[in-house]
Amino acid sequence: MTGSPETRALHGLRVLFGLLAGALFLGLAHILPSEPALSGFLPGQAAAALPASGVANPVTAVLLAFRGYDTLLEIHVLLLAVLGTWSLGTRAEPQALLPVNEILLTLVRTLVPLLVLTAGYLVWLGAEAPGGAFQAGALLAGAGVLLALADLPPVDTAPPWSLRAGLALGPAFFLLVGLGASALGLPFLHVPPGWAPLLLAVEIGAALSIGLALTALFAGGRPH
Amino acid sequence: MSAPHFYNLIGLALFLLGFHAFFTRRRLLKKILSLNVAFSGIFLLMISTAYAPAAGGRPDPVLQALVLTGIVIAVSTTAFALALAGRLGPPPGPGDGCDPPEGGR
Repeated sequence: MTGSPETRALHGLRVLFGLLAGALFLGLAHILPSEPALSGFLPGQAAAALPASGVANPVTAVLLAFRGYDTLLEIHVLLLAVLGTWSLGTRAEPQALLPVNEILLTLVRTLVPLLVLTAGYLVWLGAEAPGGAFQAGALLAGAGVLLALADLPPVDTAPPWSLRAGLALGPAFFLLVGLGASALGLPFLHVPPGWAPLLLAVEIGAALSIGLALTALFAGGRPH
Repeated sequence: MSAPHFYNLIGLALFLLGFHAFFTRRRLLKKILSLNVAFSGIFLLMISTAYAPAAGGRPDPVLQALVLTGIVIAVSTTAFALALAGRLGPPPGPGDGCDPPEGGR
């Protein structure tokens, strides 16, 4: 066949990996059960402990009350990704040469208020239906990305301390709630059922921080 | 074939597709995207297992929470990998043969 030795070697590698992936698929598909069934142990335990968590939605209860430690750590991982991205360089200068795009501005004017409203609703809804901090944070990040694409002020000219304060607010408040619980003698991150509004406040802070973190990751560099 | 089993197979196929592309593509962006495809396959596998028929009739909230955590971690990893890839700059030399012609966009 034509081509340099590198192209031939790459083609051979692709065929070899294709065969390996195909063999893995056949082998692993053989292992997967044809009638998958859960044992019911974990869902039963989660359902039994649900009234003690303070929220009605089982997934939110698992995220905040039963496995709150995982949620605390994943919020910090998002912050860590921002720190890593910021350590690579400063943000590129906005392209002042491009004219203002009317379609984009109309989109921003229509969508950003709707996104913020829906994000707030999702945070509040997380107590009893699918929703919560991460879903709301993703919507806020969508709004932030739209603003960044339009080079609009809140993303480019916000004072750096406000951006950093917003990023640190969610993880710090969550951590404070956890440490406060252990200072009161309860296990770390254990929020008693009567303190559900505190969980809502934690979720609001987390949603804000997640939205800011994802927007900062999209914007790419350290603010000047 | 039950519905959870069907989605399990699709999730497995997506994971192996991403696995194959990760090792055989040379461009860094394609490698990062192939990782994302593999992540999607794993999440699909976990979610379809969470909705498999259970003894109590409830879908598994722990697996769903694990997938939410996994999505956040996948997004963070992809964002940092893209930042690193951007830092490396455009790759030298020919790519996988799918590059646009020179001089055009």
